[in-house]
Amino acid sequence: MKRKIPLLITFTVGIILIISEFIPHKPFGQLSGELEIWFLIISGFAILLGQLSLFKVNILKIQYKQRDWQFYVITLISFVVMVTLGFLWGTGKSAGMLGHGEIITSTLGHKPFDYLFHNVYQHLQATMFSLLAFFIASAAYRAFIGRTVESNLLLTSAVLVMLGNTTFGSLLTGWLPESLNFLHLPKVSEFIMTFPTTAGQRAIMIGAGLGIIGSSLRIILGIERSYLGGE
Amino acid sequence: MRKTKQIDRRWLFLLIFFGVALPLIFTIGLPLETTKNVHMVYDLIDGMPKGSRALLSFDYDPASMPELHPMAKAVVKHCFDKEINIIFTAMWPMGVQMADDIIEQLKDDYPDLKYGEDYVNLGFKAGGMITIQSMGKNFREVFPKDMNGSSIDELPIMEGINNFSNIGFVFSLSAGAPGIKEWVQIAHDAYGRPTSGGCTGVSAPAMLPYINEQKQLTGLLAGLKAAAEYETLIKTPGSATKGMDAQSIAHLIIIIFIAIGNINYWRDRKALKKGGK
Repeated sequence: MKRKIPLLITFTVGIILIISEFIPHKPFGQLSGELEIWFLIISGFAILLGQLSLFKVNILKIQYKQRDWQFYVITLISFVVMVTLGFLWGTGKSAGMLGHGEIITSTLGHKPFDYLFHNVYQHLQATMFSLLAFFIASAAYRAFIGRTVESNLLLTSAVLVMLGNTTFGSLLTGWLPESLNFLHLPKVSEFIMTFPTTAGQRAIMIGAGLGIIGSSLRIILGIERSYLGGE
Repeated sequence: MRKTKQIDRRWLFLLIFFGVALPLIFTIGLPLETTKNVHMVYDLIDGMPKGSRALLSFDYDPASMPELHPMAKAVVKHCFDKEINIIFTAMWPMGVQMADDIIEQLKDDYPDLKYGEDYVNLGFKAGGMITIQSMGKNFREVFPKDMNGSSIDELPIMEGINNFSNIGFVFSLSAGAPGIKEWVQIAHDAYGRPTSGGCTGVSAPAMLPYINEQKQLTGLLAGLKAAAEYETLIKTPGSATKGMDAQSIAHLIIIIFIAIGNINYWRDRKALKKGGK
């Protein structure tokens, strides 16, 4: 019973939504509209569930003193501080439990939550993302070696696209006459991105689309049950 | 296979650091050419009649700010210049703050703009693609209030907005999913609204198939370069134009190091063929 009911719900909802795409009239159109609203409500609760899960996972890691457990303590402290500040004084124009906190806001220039968001969180995230530049540079230096025909092709197109996407691309080939405009680096880069890359992407997208249809049907028909957990 | 001797990668890190930092401090102002996809976005916004309403979705977080924030600012500025009313929304939780930050940055340039009349921030709504789908069916059910808690019935900008039909165009600033793809699939494919967007350079190849004859996507701002091009088109050079110098030099350093790597490899191979170590 524990498994049959969820399977039945999945099947019914899945079939209703598929039919509503082809017959968007009563009752299917209405039903799918209702189900979408349910989905939005569940999504809201999923965020709450995610936060509780974050709490639980981190507490367990600290409790069992797992490797680098100190970082999990920092995660939890950061989480609690942000949530508490948000609850107490709100964010943006929304008031918190203690109102807008005029005194603290005038001192910091922002509400406490917004202050930490703009001055800590925002910069930490941007830093993490910016570190990619160093790793990409290092990876490109080591990986783009023309060992085979294929790697040479990859290397050449990567260099052309990179050059085309820089201001140097325009400078290097800007002197070419109109008749040789197709050799202008930004044009070459655009060509590579528009044709070979897009063709490859389309193939990937079609493959992924078919895969999604296949796995969705497997879930709706109850063949794929791993989402139910257990076994 | 014998491993090719390579330069210590810390040298590369050091060069990249200076290559990025110095042009940000001392602007070079390298020339920039505008591309077709950026022109398409510009033409779409430029061709919108005065008073039309645009839906701008901020689907990114601070991690993608360096790339997406400059283009967001340029697009919003262009809309305000053209007197297009903007409905801000976010499919990513932190997109709300991103939109707020852009409004804050432009507030002084447009002191006459009124919240609720010329622009509104509806905030974040969870649910991704389903949320967009529901907006197309009943906008007011998904966003009954703006992010300040005011009922959207009280906001003049939202008058007559019950679905996507009164929206001039949709623009998503996207760093992943939900983002441009979801907006294209619903706002354009299901409801026929012109849809455009801006994304990080790395995710651009996945968006390019949507720029086709059906105009699923009307142009695309891909990465910092496109943002800089857009700034050029609206004649307001900003942080993207400045950042392009840094990006160009960083790319050049990478290309030089790729060349060095290959020269080392070929030299070693030659030495190996001759019977060297």
